[in-house]
Amino acid sequence: MSRVLVGVKRVIDYAVKIRVKPDHSGVVTDGVKHSMNPFCEIAVEEAVKLKEKKFIKEVVAVSCGPTQVTETIRTALAMGCDRGIHVEVSGKDYEAMGPLQIAKIFAALAKKEEASLVILGKQAIDDDCNQTGQMTAALLDWPQGTFASEVTIDGEKVKVVREIDGGLETIKISMPAVLTADLRLNTPRYATLPNIMKAKKKKIANMKPADLGVDMVSRVEVLRVDEPPTRLAGVKVETVDDLVAKLKANGTI
Amino acid sequence: MFPASRYSIQAQRCIRALKTVQAEHAPPQHYTWRRNCSSAVMPRITSHYTIFPRDKDPRWEGVEMERFADEADVVIVGGGPAGLSAAIRLKQLAKEQEKELRVCLVEKASQIGAHTLSGACLEPSALNELFPDWKERGAPLNTPVTEDLFSILTEKYRIPVPMLPGLPMNNHGNYIVRLGHFVHWLGEQAEELGVEIYPGYAAAEVLFHEDGSVKGIATNDVGIAKDGSPKDVFERGMELHAKVTLFGEGCHGHLAKQLYRQFNLRENCEPQTYAIGLKELWVIDEKKWRPGRVEHSVGWPLNRNTYGGSFLYHLNEGEPLVALGFVVGLDYTNPYLSPFREFQRWKHHPFVAKTLEGGDRIAYGARALNEGGYQCLPKVTFPGGMLIGCSPGFMNVPKIKGTHTAMKSGMLAAEAIFPKVTAEDPASETAGLHIPEYEDNLKKSWIWKELYAVRNIRPSFHNYFGLYGGMVYTGVFYWILRGKEPWTLKHAGLDSAQLKPAKECTPIEYPKPDGKLSFDLLSSVALSGTNHEGDQPPHLTLKDDSIPVANNLAIYDGPEQRFCPAGVYEYVPLETGEGMRLQINAQNCVHCKTCDIKDPSQNINWVVPEGSGGPAYNGL
Repeated sequence: MSRVLVGVKRVIDYAVKIRVKPDHSGVVTDGVKHSMNPFCEIAVEEAVKLKEKKFIKEVVAVSCGPTQVTETIRTALAMGCDRGIHVEVSGKDYEAMGPLQIAKIFAALAKKEEASLVILGKQAIDDDCNQTGQMTAALLDWPQGTFASEVTIDGEKVKVVREIDGGLETIKISMPAVLTADLRLNTPRYATLPNIMKAKKKKIANMKPADLGVDMVSRVEVLRVDEPPTRLAGVKVETVDDLVAKLKANGTI
Repeated sequence: MFPASRYSIQAQRCIRALKTVQAEHAPPQHYTWRRNCSSAVMPRITSHYTIFPRDKDPRWEGVEMERFADEADVVIVGGGPAGLSAAIRLKQLAKEQEKELRVCLVEKASQIGAHTLSGACLEPSALNELFPDWKERGAPLNTPVTEDLFSILTEKYRIPVPMLPGLPMNNHGNYIVRLGHFVHWLGEQAEELGVEIYPGYAAAEVLFHEDGSVKGIATNDVGIAKDGSPKDVFERGMELHAKVTLFGEGCHGHLAKQLYRQFNLRENCEPQTYAIGLKELWVIDEKKWRPGRVEHSVGWPLNRNTYGGSFLYHLNEGEPLVALGFVVGLDYTNPYLSPFREFQRWKHHPFVAKTLEGGDRIAYGARALNEGGYQCLPKVTFPGGMLIGCSPGFMNVPKIKGTHTAMKSGMLAAEAIFPKVTAEDPASETAGLHIPEYEDNLKKSWIWKELYAVRNIRPSFHNYFGLYGGMVYTGVFYWILRGKEPWTLKHAGLDSAQLKPAKECTPIEYPKPDGKLSFDLLSSVALSGTNHEGDQPPHLTLKDDSIPVANNLAIYDGPEQRFCPAGVYEYVPLETGEGMRLQINAQNCVHCKTCDIKDPSQNINWVVPEGSGGPAYNGL
């Protein structure tokens, strides 16, 4: 029947204070607490729920990166995915990896695994790109249901309620399709210890981007990473005239 | 009232003292007013099931409470130096003797090392025994100690004290380490040897056989809402059963607290006494960096009757990093004392400020540590389990080192357990194995000799001259006589009983943080990376919700708002009417355990929150 691919990304935990590397080439990641991107957790939960409701048969968790990402795949397996795929990317390729490269990998895997749905988080909390889902759909020429806050499968079609600036938009798209999960889609379940133990027995396949015919060359080069400028203290003024005088003095008006 | 000129100098002094006491003594009606208002309707604070059992709670009717269970040979609670050394030693013995052994280790932090905090100057004695080839294996001992300074600080000056060989604090041959990284490395070695390590799962409950021996542990339940009711995602924790369970929860573990009562392990020892250690990591100006330099100080800003001091270690790991911190003995008497603010204040001393000027603070954390030593060692074995590491408390206080003894205790536990757990017929009276050989091994080891030799140094501070009396005692009896004196001094008793009522003490005027050398509490807590799932019952449980305002605030002016290094406890005005209530910001907790130790009412019981919550220390 149907198979779903779920993408999971290993990111620096949201509660950790980020530190820029002394050479300004990036942020410090060594030894820093990492966890699964919160939107990816929601995507996994949705996929597992669809499987529990018997709309789909198999959920495959996919992650791209160095060996550490297997921990993230294991968490997805503990939440209920059936098997995992680890696309090995390390070193310079990993640092330069962006949404386009991931989208190419997912497009290739979706075709290879004959997936009927690709479910991703709407964006990652480290780069906030919000591009991978959309790019994957474009490369596959599949319909996309992004910012999903409700997903219902109706035969060969998917009804998606999308969170947009103006409110909620309901669309019906045909499968195969790409969906990206927004915050209110569901509440992810915990990866409990018995499930982590069972997950150790589930298979994680290893492959390289080259095996999928994907070239990892990035057309984006990061020149420099800086901390945001320290916010200066505000100045309180007593009257409106004071305010106007200050704004004139600093050249704003 | 007292015409001063008519009295002698002594009388004038006496009169001045009396006037000060009168000024501090608040009028009695102030306290009656507060006591009346504490009977106002207080919002409920505690909702944890350890205080309000779920079998009597109607919201839990019909909820599936069955737990999945698994069997191992040995289960270890706590992935610190002791727990990991025990696991490693067990697997090393299994490999040597070609026997199969299932060893499972649970750790509440999200990754091994994330809740580890220490100075630290590591004495490699235990490591040399565990892994003689640690250097080839890449153990992160990158900074051998090159310089050792000790000072007595006054407000503006520094009195250097020679670090003679033979003094307990002499660090020749030791390494400055980032203990979190070292523990992480130990975790990797353990996994390679086949230990099953489960970070992110806290041991929340001790399980017992019918005969009263320990059967194992159960991990925390997940998905309980803040008000104590079950959420949709509620799931029971898992039971891990073992022939022997090792408890290595570190200083003042919450399960250990329960075990002391259950098995009466503390009937022949003194109550443990503690200190709180606060630590920061700074990247400093390269010109000021002296890799391998160890600096310790006592004196300012603490008075001579408050035990404590500082450390500042220059690491050698690439960037100009220093690890610095401040320790305050939790037997302090003034409820207005704030260990965090003493730490921030100390950094302004000219001798310290000159190293830190132009630098950046990159990490912060805090943890309680043991100060009791030999006199406070409980019985460490009981049917079905044993205590290892800082949990019973093998720290050598004057040396300020506990990692090597913790590791050794883990190794000795493993060596005592191994023959019993792999034997065909364990020949035990109880279902959970009782292995008293561990305690015998401890008593024959260098841990015991070390702790015995320094047993009188910490208690010697309890004299009129405080710090100075203690230093003189150390000089005479330890440095010259090596601790061979025939007597054993006693500690002062429970730390929580040492606070004097607020009205007998003077509030301390702390300087405002300047944002460059000293900082405020909340920005420091943010640097610890601590976080917890917000929608869960506060894990700082109160046996009685009304006691904080009625007792802690009324008599001691709420010392928990000052001793908590993470801003968990706040007395805020009631929304309606007069009076204050205690607000517990459980999400800030850094798992230091100071509140459980120092609460004068002993009303706070720290229990473990959902696993993977807590600080996210990186190499602290």
